[in-house]
Amino acid sequence: MTGAPATLLEVRDLTATFSRDGVPSRVVNAISFDIAPGEAVGFVGESGSGKSVTARAVMRLAPEGSSIEWGGRIRFKGQELLNLTEREMRDVRGRRIAMVFQDPMASLNPVMSVGQQIDDMLVRHTGVSARAARKRTVELLSLVGIRDPQIRADDFPHQFSGGMRQRVLIAIAVSCQPDLLIADEPTTALDVTVQAQILRLLMRLRRELGMALMLITHDFGVIAGMVERVYVMHGGNIVEAGEVDALFAEPKHAYTQALLAAVPRIESTRRPA
Amino acid sequence: MSEAPTRPRSRGQLLFTIGIGMLIALLVIAAFGPLIAPYNPSTTSPNSLAEPTAAHWLGTDSIGRDLLSRLIVGGRSTLIITFAAVALALGAGLVLGLTSGYLGGKVDLTIMRLLDVVFAFPVFLLAIAVVAALGPTVRNLILTIAIVYTPAMARVVRGPVLSVKRWDHVEAARSVGVGEFAIALRHVLPMVVSPILVQTSLILANTIFTVTALSFLGLGPPPPDPNWGSMLAEARQFMELAPLTVIGPAVAIVFASLTFIVLANGLREMLDVGSR
Repeated sequence: MTGAPATLLEVRDLTATFSRDGVPSRVVNAISFDIAPGEAVGFVGESGSGKSVTARAVMRLAPEGSSIEWGGRIRFKGQELLNLTEREMRDVRGRRIAMVFQDPMASLNPVMSVGQQIDDMLVRHTGVSARAARKRTVELLSLVGIRDPQIRADDFPHQFSGGMRQRVLIAIAVSCQPDLLIADEPTTALDVTVQAQILRLLMRLRRELGMALMLITHDFGVIAGMVERVYVMHGGNIVEAGEVDALFAEPKHAYTQALLAAVPRIESTRRPA
Repeated sequence: MSEAPTRPRSRGQLLFTIGIGMLIALLVIAAFGPLIAPYNPSTTSPNSLAEPTAAHWLGTDSIGRDLLSRLIVGGRSTLIITFAAVALALGAGLVLGLTSGYLGGKVDLTIMRLLDVVFAFPVFLLAIAVVAALGPTVRNLILTIAIVYTPAMARVVRGPVLSVKRWDHVEAARSVGVGEFAIALRHVLPMVVSPILVQTSLILANTIFTVTALSFLGLGPPPPDPNWGSMLAEARQFMELAPLTVIGPAVAIVFASLTFIVLANGLREMLDVGSR
């Protein structure tokens, strides 16, 4: 064994059970997976397969207006997250594990300048002064590829395009140099051309900051060049797991085969005569 | 064609500008009443129920006090009671509505049911009962009116909070470790400001009526301090001899209420509250 632990995140028998009006329904069914430090792992599955709930379980975020019961174990850097108090968990969120959401149009507070939103985060987690925070904020905005960051920091979210907002959200997520970045369908709401830019940005930041990446998507095309290992989820279970190349070359599970077949290919587009 | 979408906005701005103008007039009266009034409002003279003259622009009342001065100084007391009561109701309504809407569940149920009890009483009955029980002092009047209007305020806050708290940016804030209290104050409350502004304005209009009506019934500030409600009550018996003694306070009351109604409508159209 070397100094660094072999796994960053170790999830065992995770269950998530919603209850509405007293009727429980299990959406994640005793799944187990690992993520090593610095590793990029993809979670693929259709809507309702439990992949987003799994991502939120790691952050212990319950969807608003529902009550959810977590079960199993989530060990992060040797710490059991499900046993932490809500207060301790707040120090993990954003600081050690950060998240990028699907819809950049809705994920920023519309009445605060984007700079202010990043400043807040830095002050909250690193205790720096407002002045130092702003300096770092400008660096972060420039890191995610926003031009004139000094000026743009004082702009409000409605003055940014969708792709730019997603960059801002990524800047917020990486501001405290988390060990794990969870990206929940980070490109689904964006134009195709912007999607590629955002994915490249995520890859670059992961490399530069040495973060592990947990990429949630329904799109095998997104997974292909991004991650080392893939978990395929269906109906709250992990149905297949493996190295991304092996999985693409030789999908074992029928559902994975069906998913791969669903990716549109240029050569297969044939019009009836 | 191109004018069609801008028309409602400019109408709202017009109403808002008029409303602000009227409000400034009221605020000047509330702030500087005794300084503006030409006479001491409590000084009597043998010249009772006089017609308007150069010395007394609106004439005098039954015991020879200058009507204009009484209107101005009386307006000050009426308006101060109104503003103070609505400010209290707004504060309480914000806290209760935000807590109730944001926390949801049993807290929501408990707070809303308690407010429903207050809401179920007719405003007047409750106000009369409380003032009668506690005594007609200015402080009691303010407290009573604040209590009576708190449920309406809390409901207006709670409604939009229920939907805003599910917005993505709230979850995003939570995902970076922002505490619940900070989320409620910084990420939810600013989103619900516009309906609150409109409601506050409408409640101000209602409160003017409530304050003057309670004073009319003798539950307002005790005499000889003038206020619009009690002036109306005193002048009633002489309304054929000196109609201005009734018309004066009546017009003042209508003007004050209208101010807030115009303001509310202007705000509503400008902020587009109805379409949310």
